[in-house]
Amino acid sequence: MTQQQTTGGDVRLTGISKTYGSFTAVHPLDLTVPRGSFFALLGASGCGKTTTLRMIAGLEEATTGTVSLGGRDITALPPHRRPVNTVFQSYALFPHLDVTENVAFGLRRRGVTPVKKRVAEMLDLVQLGDFARRRPHQLSGGQQQRVAVARALINHPQVLLLDEPLGALDLSLRRRMQLELKRIQTEVGITFVHVTHDQEEAMTMADTVAVMNGGRVEQLGAPADLYENPRTTFVANFLGTSNLIEAEIVSAGTDVVVSAGGGTLRLPAGRCPAPTPPGGRLLVGIRPEKISLDPAADADPDDGRNRVTGRITEAGFLGASTQYLVESPAGKALQVYEQNTGHRRSLAPGSEVVLRWDPAHTFALDAAQDMEAGVQSVQDTP
Amino acid sequence: MSATGGPPAPPAPAPPVRGRSVRKRLVPYWLLLPGVLWLLVFFALPMVYQASTSVQTGSLEEGFRVTWHLATYKDALADYYPQFLRSLLYAGTATLLCLLLGYPLAYLIAFKAGRWRNLVLVLVIAPFFTSFLIRTLAWKTILADGGAVVEALKALHVLDVTSGLGWTEGDRVLATPMAVVCGLTYNFLPFMVLPLYTSLDRIDPRLHEAAGDLYATAATTFRTVTLPLSMPGVVAGTLLTFIPASGDYVNAELLGSTDTKMVGSVIQSQFLRVLDYPTAAALSFILMAVVLLVVTVHIRRSGTEDLL
Repeated sequence: MTQQQTTGGDVRLTGISKTYGSFTAVHPLDLTVPRGSFFALLGASGCGKTTTLRMIAGLEEATTGTVSLGGRDITALPPHRRPVNTVFQSYALFPHLDVTENVAFGLRRRGVTPVKKRVAEMLDLVQLGDFARRRPHQLSGGQQQRVAVARALINHPQVLLLDEPLGALDLSLRRRMQLELKRIQTEVGITFVHVTHDQEEAMTMADTVAVMNGGRVEQLGAPADLYENPRTTFVANFLGTSNLIEAEIVSAGTDVVVSAGGGTLRLPAGRCPAPTPPGGRLLVGIRPEKISLDPAADADPDDGRNRVTGRITEAGFLGASTQYLVESPAGKALQVYEQNTGHRRSLAPGSEVVLRWDPAHTFALDAAQDMEAGVQSVQDTP
Repeated sequence: MSATGGPPAPPAPAPPVRGRSVRKRLVPYWLLLPGVLWLLVFFALPMVYQASTSVQTGSLEEGFRVTWHLATYKDALADYYPQFLRSLLYAGTATLLCLLLGYPLAYLIAFKAGRWRNLVLVLVIAPFFTSFLIRTLAWKTILADGGAVVEALKALHVLDVTSGLGWTEGDRVLATPMAVVCGLTYNFLPFMVLPLYTSLDRIDPRLHEAAGDLYATAATTFRTVTLPLSMPGVVAGTLLTFIPASGDYVNAELLGSTDTKMVGSVIQSQFLRVLDYPTAAALSFILMAVVLLVVTVHIRRSGTEDLL
C-alpha cells in the first residue's frame, strides 16, 4: 500500500463498461476526475452512476476498459488493495463494533498506528467525539452518516467514493450535511466522487458534474456551465427546468433567427448546435427565471428582446417567487418564475401577457431529440 | 423453556374506567392461559412428581415413600459418573462436528446458493420426513462391518488413527464410540444448520463489501465481521445440538455397545428395566443441572447475551 497521503493523481476511466447478460448498465465510458476535485455523477436511478462508482471501488468488475489512479492501472486489483474508500448508501456500519472500532477498522487492517490518536482526530473532524463508545444503532441517521465518512476518510484514500450518502436523510439535515461534506473535502483535499440523483445537491457541492442517462455521460462540466449551456434535452430538463420550443431556422448570421408559433426569435449563433442551414429545425430553450412577464396592455414596443404573447393558465405562489404557466402559440405550457419584488401585483390566471427575454439567454438544441427527456415526473421524485 | 417466567408486565395503569379498559388489560393474561396450562400439566407437575420420586425409598412391591433420602443422588453419581462424562464427551464431540459441517453449509445457503437456496434448505430438513429410529437404524447398515464406508476408512488408514485414540476397535466402526458420535452428528445436524443459516442470512452483504473496501481480505472479513455477527446462530445451534444430544440414548443403544452407554440409556433402563425409580429420577435431575451449568458457562463465555 502506498503511504503517499492525499497526493493521489487523477482518476481515469478508459472505455469502461458493464453489462449484465444482455443488459448494458454502463456503455463504454471515458472519464477523468482531476485530482483534488469534488466530482459528482448525477442521474436518475438506473442510469449507471452507482455501477460506475462501484467499478472505481472494485466492487463491480468492469466488462471492458480500465480504471487507473494517478497513472497506475488498478483494474485488476481487488477492493481491499485499492487506495480508495467508499461511503455506502446505507452506510454499512459494522453493527457489532462501536464508533471507534468502526472508524479504526481500516487502520487495523493495514497496521497503521497510532490508532487511538488518529481515530480521536477523525472523530473531532466529523464532530462525533462524544459518541466514540456508541454502537451504530444508538446513533441518528446523520451521526451514522458522519461515522461512515470518518471510517473512509481516516485511511487517507486517494479518492473517496460517496454512493448517495445523503439519500436517507431528511431535507434540512441533507442541506446541512452537504455543507459539512464540502467543508471536509476542502479541509482534507482528497478527490471526492459523489453519486447522487439530486441535481441541487450535485450543483451545490461539486466542482464538476457528469450528468448520466441510460448508461452514458450526457454532458460534463461545471454546474453553472451545465445549467446555462445544456447540450441535450435530458440535461436541459433534468438540471432545473427548461422551456423548449420547436422552431425552424429562418436565417443564420451572428444571430440566428428562427420562427416558432407564428413569431420569430433570435439567439446567438454560438449557442446553436452546428450547422444551422435555413429551413433546418431546432429546439429553442429558455430557463423560466430568465423570462420577464408583463400584462399585454402595457407592454413596451419591440425592444430587441425575444417576445412571445400568451395567456396565463396557472399561477402558483411560492413566497419568494411565483410560478406561472403560460399558454402560447410557441408552447402549450411555458413556465415563468418571477421574483416577488413587489413592483407589481401578481397576475391572475386568464390574463393576457407578453413574455420577453434577452436573446443571449436563449440556447438551442438538436431537434432530433425527445423533448420530454429528463423531465422529472412525480414517480421519479424520491 | 421455563414455565415460571411470569406474565409480561401489564400495560401502564390506565385510569380505572370500568368495562372495556379492564377487559383490555386482561387480554395478555388470556393469551397466556393455554400455554401456561399446558406447561403446568405437562412440565411443572411431572417435574414436581419426579423431584419427589428422587427422594423416595422403597421397592415396587412395598411401594415408594418420601423419606428425603438424598443419598440417592450421591450414589447415582458415584455409580454412573462414567456415563455422565461419556454423555458430555459424545455430545460435545457431536456438537463440534455439527458446527464444523454445518457452518460451511449454512454459509453456502445464506450467501452462495442463489436460486438453489430453498432447495438446499428443504434438503437440510428432508431427513425429518423419515422416522428418527429408521434413520438411526440405517446407520447400522452404513457402518456395517466390511461395508463400503468401513473398507474405505480402512484403506485410507483412518481406522488405524481412530483405533489408536480408542474411538474405534480394530476393523470395526459399529458398536464403537465413533458410531455413536456419527449417529448423533447426523441426527442433530439440521438443528445446527437452521439457526446458523438464520443468523448468517441476516447479515447485510454490504458489510462484506465495506470490509473489503477497508482493506480486509476475504479471510479477515470472515474473522472480523461474518463470524462475530453469526455468534447468536453459533450459540443457538450449539445449544439446540448439545442439549438433546447429551440426553439422547437411541444412538447409543442402536449404534453403540455396553461400553458406549450414555446417561440417557442408564435413565431409561433404571426406569423401565430395573424399576429403580428414585435413582432414575435423581439421574435425570443431575443431568439437567449439568446441562444448565454447561449452557450458562457457554453463553457467558461467548458474550452473546445482548445478541440473543
